[in-house]
Amino acid sequence: MSNRRPYVRSMDGWWKRDAYFVSYMAREVTSVFVAAYAVVLLFGLVRLGQGEAAFNGWLQYLKTPWMLVFHVIVLAVFCYHTWSWFKIMPKTMPIMFVGGKRVQPGTITGTGLAAAVVACLALLFIVGGVS
Amino acid sequence: MKRSNEPIFWSLFGAGGMLAALVGPALVFITGIAVPFGLVFKPETMSYAHMLALSQNWAGKIFILAVIALFLWHAAHRIHILLHDFGVHAVTAVRVLCYGGAFAGTVIAAYTLLMIKA
Repeated sequence: MSNRRPYVRSMDGWWKRDAYFVSYMAREVTSVFVAAYAVVLLFGLVRLGQGEAAFNGWLQYLKTPWMLVFHVIVLAVFCYHTWSWFKIMPKTMPIMFVGGKRVQPGTITGTGLAAAVVACLALLFIVGGVS
Repeated sequence: MKRSNEPIFWSLFGAGGMLAALVGPALVFITGIAVPFGLVFKPETMSYAHMLALSQNWAGKIFILAVIALFLWHAAHRIHILLHDFGVHAVTAVRVLCYGGAFAGTVIAAYTLLMIKA
């Protein structure tokens, strides 16, 4: 029995086999950048708790070219996250009915994206107004 | 039957994903690009005084904690599944690493915010 070597198909690179899997991977990999951005903010918060000199050090660090490159990439990834999040929302939320008719997937995605645009603009205006 | 703990992690994943989808792009633009490089907003927008005032306010504390903690829990859940997709099947180790990391980040953020007194 120990000599038996059953054939097991390799799963290496399985996600490259199909465009649908590639889009799945692209959507899921955004999480690595979300985590990285959260860690940058967490460092900022810890530095804030340590006092003005420490916090100013973090602010200076944000001005380095590498952090600019990092944030430009993160911004692009976050935009993709927003788009893909609402794209799959018709599948991740319970089926909704309005007036006896099922709400169409396109309506759910469109409403979500519109809400994101409004939320982003609101945040930009709030920060612009407070500062 | 043992009750699944999946709903807890999925709720945190969903909340983080929703928050990131709604305000993420604007937040990254403000903190990472516009303010550090003097675009759009006043240069003192993220000054020590302003950020201290934000973190002394209860609404501000909740917002900061929600962004950091929920982003981490959202990412932890997806990275946990990604590692499985890439053939890492050490289930317990992966869970401890992912959810443990998010938990540690949440505790550090909450502790720091509680220590910042008005």
